[in-house]
Amino acid sequence: MAERCAVVGLGQTKYDRCLRVTMDGLVREAALKALDDAGLTFADIDAIVLGKAPDALEGVMMPELSLCDALNAVGKPIHRVHTAGSVGASTAISAVTLIESGMYNTVLTVAYEKQSDGDFMWALSGGKSGGQGAGGSFAPWIRNYIARSGAPEHIGWKVAVKDRLNALKNPLAHLHMEDINLESVKESPMLWEPLTFYEACPSSDGAAAMVMTNKAGVKRSSSKAPPAWVIAHAKRTELAVYPGRDPVKPLAGVDCAKELYKKAGITDPRKQIDCAELYVPFSWFEPMWLETHLICEEGDGWKMVDEGATEIGGDFPVCMSGGVLSSNPIGASGMVRCLEAANQVRGTAGDYQVDGAKVAMGQAYGGASNYFAMWIVSSDPDPTFN
Amino acid sequence: MAEDIAIVATALTPCYRNYADSEPSMIMSLVNQILEETGVDRYKIDFTIAGSSDYLSGAPFSFIASVDGYGASPPVYESHVEMDGAWALFEAFVRLQCGDIDLALVVGSGKSSPGSPREIFPIQTDPYVQAPLGLDPVSVAGLQANALIEAGKATERDFAEVVSRSRRDALSNPNAQVAKDVSVEDLLKAPYYATPLRKHDLPPITDGASAMLIARGDRAKELCDNPVWIRGMDHRIESHHLGLRDLTDSPSTRIAAKNLGLEVSSLDVAELCVRYSPEEIVLRQALELGTNTKVNPSGGPLAGHPVMATGLTRVVEVARRIRLGEASRGLAHATSGPALQQNLLCILEGDA
Repeated sequence: MAERCAVVGLGQTKYDRCLRVTMDGLVREAALKALDDAGLTFADIDAIVLGKAPDALEGVMMPELSLCDALNAVGKPIHRVHTAGSVGASTAISAVTLIESGMYNTVLTVAYEKQSDGDFMWALSGGKSGGQGAGGSFAPWIRNYIARSGAPEHIGWKVAVKDRLNALKNPLAHLHMEDINLESVKESPMLWEPLTFYEACPSSDGAAAMVMTNKAGVKRSSSKAPPAWVIAHAKRTELAVYPGRDPVKPLAGVDCAKELYKKAGITDPRKQIDCAELYVPFSWFEPMWLETHLICEEGDGWKMVDEGATEIGGDFPVCMSGGVLSSNPIGASGMVRCLEAANQVRGTAGDYQVDGAKVAMGQAYGGASNYFAMWIVSSDPDPTFN
Repeated sequence: MAEDIAIVATALTPCYRNYADSEPSMIMSLVNQILEETGVDRYKIDFTIAGSSDYLSGAPFSFIASVDGYGASPPVYESHVEMDGAWALFEAFVRLQCGDIDLALVVGSGKSSPGSPREIFPIQTDPYVQAPLGLDPVSVAGLQANALIEAGKATERDFAEVVSRSRRDALSNPNAQVAKDVSVEDLLKAPYYATPLRKHDLPPITDGASAMLIARGDRAKELCDNPVWIRGMDHRIESHHLGLRDLTDSPSTRIAAKNLGLEVSSLDVAELCVRYSPEEIVLRQALELGTNTKVNPSGGPLAGHPVMATGLTRVVEVARRIRLGEASRGLAHATSGPALQQNLLCILEGDA
């Protein structure tokens, strides 16, 4: 790579049902927070990369056109990425390549969703067909995971409780469920067998933004926190349907992780990565992704959950911020995973900081579990792994 | 620092008024053509990127089906922009500049026939204040045309001359949808459609796709005898508030040209994304194009406008002329948004 990319500014709005501002206000708020964190202004930005999930969610076609003023993009390049649910992470990765290419010095990347401005279920089903919702698509695969792995039913409840308790430490999280416990998750209404209401993500509004720059730019930035260096990134896509496809452990997810670790020089991800923000919109995806991304052996993902390994304080904390289960601004959710990984290695994660985190992973998936995008960030621009 | 990156193969569908089969099937035909021509194994392509729009297809996540068109089993390194394929090319160009991969497949595709563009495109505008008014692209083009006339920068005859020349040039373009030898006088006899525009000042409604394979450095020379080198790409945007813009100028195009160090005197050909005839007047003036540059020899978008592929098709058209030896250096332009809000420039050059 020509240039190493550093993340020097992070910005997020509060995640909620946000009727206080427009989409313009939402993205600008996140952008200004990220610039402030970086000690930079819009004048320092050479290009903007915007991501969000389907335009139909808010009913705005190619929203980069109407949001360019709010992002001070007038006179600059603004690029728009859309790769389904993985889009936030894909957008971050596209922004990284702008820096790595040597063509741009400092880039602002922003992702958002404003679900309250639209109707997700309507949009997801193309407006007419009814539609089973995302959970309805994923539940059969989750049942298959349970059948294959022999995981006990409380695993899903346990992930739901862990992520909501983590969210209590994150003031920006949408859900703050003080009283959540295994029993309340189990007793919440059944949505898509085996997923209960409390095992599903909320519908959130929100935006996330990051400022990225090269080595010279790090010196110009006056951020109080150290940079997070992007050590590796990878993306993989496979067909949504093909004979022999395994949607429980998609080959694209396996290949993406292999490529990521190879680029980073990681040989033992569970040991060499300090923590991860994985895209877990329904509880069971935590053990499923731990296995798909080779963090543990096949069939052992649920055991990591059961042993508490993925809690803050465990040996491989997952979704310290509360994850997608606590806030799901769809188009932004993948970027939030990448951003929160950077937050950890910068040591700025506050109450949900993992002690001594130096290497963190951000991951997102999308579509019919056929899109994957991931990155590894580190406090060290050239970490070595033993 | 900059890596030499070249277009090594291109493919275009015809511009269809109504392509009965699916968008992925259009893409598949192009990808197969490119693989056959270059002998490249699909799974040896390092990066694939497509540009398309959910709203044209009327379905969210429509681009997921498009993956079937270029193949992804086993999985591939792939991405998608909700922009014209020219911006997919921009990202591929950036990605190859990183220096670790060599080969990228770029696709743009769109089917406008299932919907009504004049109803769909108003939702490109600000959703809170403008979109409810239903200001559609044809009306915006009419405002732009009026602004040009009022500023003394163009006449209705100038618009008709753009159309007459484009339609005539399209006669030699086998992929054109609208091609005709028609005089300026005859065009000016047509009734107004969105005053001062007449229906022929508008592009046709088109289904279509375009694709290309680009390669870095020596890989490009291995794959074809006459690679077309991408000498630079830049794109810029303007305010979405029409009232804050001078509709008779294209400052974003000027910035992109300046940033690229564009020397128009060296351009043999320019394919401009002229969706409405007045846009050619604006772009010619912003780029300061001289008489030595042939503009839109394919007929341009006025002869066929496969939305989401129209910009990438401009790049293909310039690259083809360079490969045929009809030009040695050319400019391709793509645009997005009402009244040329966002503009992309790509400079292409053959081996000297």
